[in-house]
Amino acid sequence: MSGLKKSFYIKARDFNRAGEASISVQNFLKSMNFDPGLIRRIAICGYEGEMNAVMHGGDGALSIEIDSDKLVLEISDDGYGIEDIELAMQAGFSTANDEHREMGFGAGMGLPNMKKNSDQIMVASEKGQGTQVQMIFFLNQGGQID
Amino acid sequence: MKLSEIVAALDASVLVGEDQMDKEVNKCGASDLMSDILAGLSEGCILLTGLTTVQVIRTAMVAGVGAVVFVRGKKAPQEVIDLAKAQDLPLISSPYSMFVSCGRLHDCNLTGLTGQR
Repeated sequence: MSGLKKSFYIKARDFNRAGEASISVQNFLKSMNFDPGLIRRIAICGYEGEMNAVMHGGDGALSIEIDSDKLVLEISDDGYGIEDIELAMQAGFSTANDEHREMGFGAGMGLPNMKKNSDQIMVASEKGQGTQVQMIFFLNQGGQID
Repeated sequence: MKLSEIVAALDASVLVGEDQMDKEVNKCGASDLMSDILAGLSEGCILLTGLTTVQVIRTAMVAGVGAVVFVRGKKAPQEVIDLAKAQDLPLISSPYSMFVSCGRLHDCNLTGLTGQR
């Protein structure tokens, strides 16, 4: 198995549907018999990233690409971007508003949790230029597929 | 501990998942912050929350939560019930506050997400 790619559209501010892309990925990986612990890590990273894109991004996309040795999860959006990425990576830092908090988000744990659950994370963003978050999960420790 | 025993301890009603009351859960997380649940060892736990949005159900699905308990007798919107039904996620409504619900379950020997009591 190599080079398999799936992509899902993320609509900005559509809180009712937010998370559907990550759950589609979760179900797809289950159907591919991936390791349950790895699926959980990928789903959590996808969901945190998807919520960030819905809350702060313009429209965006979530994609996975599966190679023989790794799975790459990417979330990108056309939103207002992150001014200070280092600050955004700190646990507890948040620019969420009251609407986000009422839904249980805005704890400032999104990016730190994505970092914790992935093997590698790269965040690219500039103010007004959208955000791209790429996470890599290595498949050589129980995550391998047939 | 079986879900049916949790329902009894909380004088609760079952909104979704009557057929899953034999399911075993031994740890419990209580939070209105979904990131806390996503960041914690929440697989197979019961989640007590005062939030009744679709994001609670999606968080539970992503994190592998075993059942969700809404506290303070909250009525969940129909779309929340429908989503939980579609995902076979048990939903329970406790008439008690978060504090009292947690206290009753602590008395039943449930642990927190890390196994502490």
